Amino acid sequence: MADEHAHGHDDHDHDDHDHDHDGHDHDHGDIPSEVALRAKALYSLLVDKGLLEPDSVDRIVEAYEERIGPHLGAKVVARAWVDDEYRRRLLEDGNAAAEELGVGGWRHGARLVVVENDEDVHNVVVCTLCSCYPMQILGPPPVWYKSAPYRSRVVMDPRGVLAEFGTAVPEGTEVRVWDSNSEVRYLVLPQRPAGTQDFDEDELAALVGRNAMIGVEVVKVPSGAAQ
Amino acid sequence: MNGVHDLGGMHGFGPVAAEPEREEPVFHADWEPMVLSSMLGTTRLRQWNVDEFRRNIEQLPPVDYLRLSYYEKWLAALERLVVEHGLLTEQELATATVQGPRLDPAQIPAAWVPSFDPPSSPPAFAAGEPVRVRNRHPHAHTRVPRYARGHVGIVERHVGGEPLPEDASVGVLTVQHLYRVRFEADELWGEDAVGNDPVYLELWESYLEPVGERA
Repeated sequence: MADEHAHGHDDHDHDDHDHDHDGHDHDHGDIPSEVALRAKALYSLLVDKGLLEPDSVDRIVEAYEERIGPHLGAKVVARAWVDDEYRRRLLEDGNAAAEELGVGGWRHGARLVVVENDEDVHNVVVCTLCSCYPMQILGPPPVWYKSAPYRSRVVMDPRGVLAEFGTAVPEGTEVRVWDSNSEVRYLVLPQRPAGTQDFDEDELAALVGRNAMIGVEVVKVPSGAAQ
Repeated sequence: MNGVHDLGGMHGFGPVAAEPEREEPVFHADWEPMVLSSMLGTTRLRQWNVDEFRRNIEQLPPVDYLRLSYYEKWLAALERLVVEHGLLTEQELATATVQGPRLDPAQIPAAWVPSFDPPSSPPAFAAGEPVRVRNRHPHAHTRVPRYARGHVGIVERHVGGEPLPEDASVGVLTVQHLYRVRFEADELWGEDAVGNDPVYLELWESYLEPVGERA
């Protein structure tokens, strides 16, 4: 499946889905919407024409609901936290280091660049022109990432946007905003939280969420879990 | 093009409304993975590249761009591209019925094969060098956000050689050096800068000029 992403638009142009300021989605209940009919028509035509395998949509749903998602990024982050040599390789060449852990299928030419948070720097990722996102390692982007509020504001007022996610970056820490306007995809390597020295790699990975790898949140230890 | 898709630095869209991370489904409607599947499947045929796809989305009427969800925009762009590239006809789309013969994907020659040599010339800019983003406003597809145009940043590093999006969006391969450039907040936003936090962009060589020289 990952090979299907070769030369794909899989990590691009994810635009916003949440302009319904009245709060509902585009899926209007039981009656198929006009867009649902069009989507089904296009898909069925491509299948009938012989250009898509008949089970393509099932495979896509299975891939992104079961196999390709933020848990892959979390695995990479946890390894980087416990293995300095891996961390060094990850920062040097994100694609190769991710592939070491079986996270691959990178689109030809798409570079994975991992940017590391520390005491001095906090990184946050956006695509102001569309919605480029490291889909191979995080799955499809969340709706808010594709939305006009996020794309318009995070370049100009990153701390204000982070505050809306409950994230306060210390004043002395620089917030770097990475606007993904080329075929580079950014993944944030969050800081390992305090109190996790006894956690093993799997326990660490379980702490790492998607939002922390986009950079709008930090990784926290659930209260009571610290050892 | 100076389109409404170029959102960076715009005001008036309100706060970010994020679904809680653990509650947000991967897909929000059954038809969304059909669009994703149509996209990935047709992309494999290499009839168009990502910049041509982006150009089609950017050419949506601005009101539609803001109103439509992300997969709706993909769908609109795909409907145009499959017709333009002869995979389906308008009539087939309108009637949702196949009229022509089945096609064999293996027999469809690729129109875009993004394998390319690096630029033959050495990079014009070096790490640490200040550069100005050319103040250009092309009608064509571009990957220079408006908020950066005319502004000075510092080259952080040479990234490699990449197809120039302007040309790629019309199916022409022109490989140029790509640079990662850091822009300070006060340079981009002037006295309205909210803080001192920088923005990083990656910019093709023809997007840039040495500081002190204006095109």
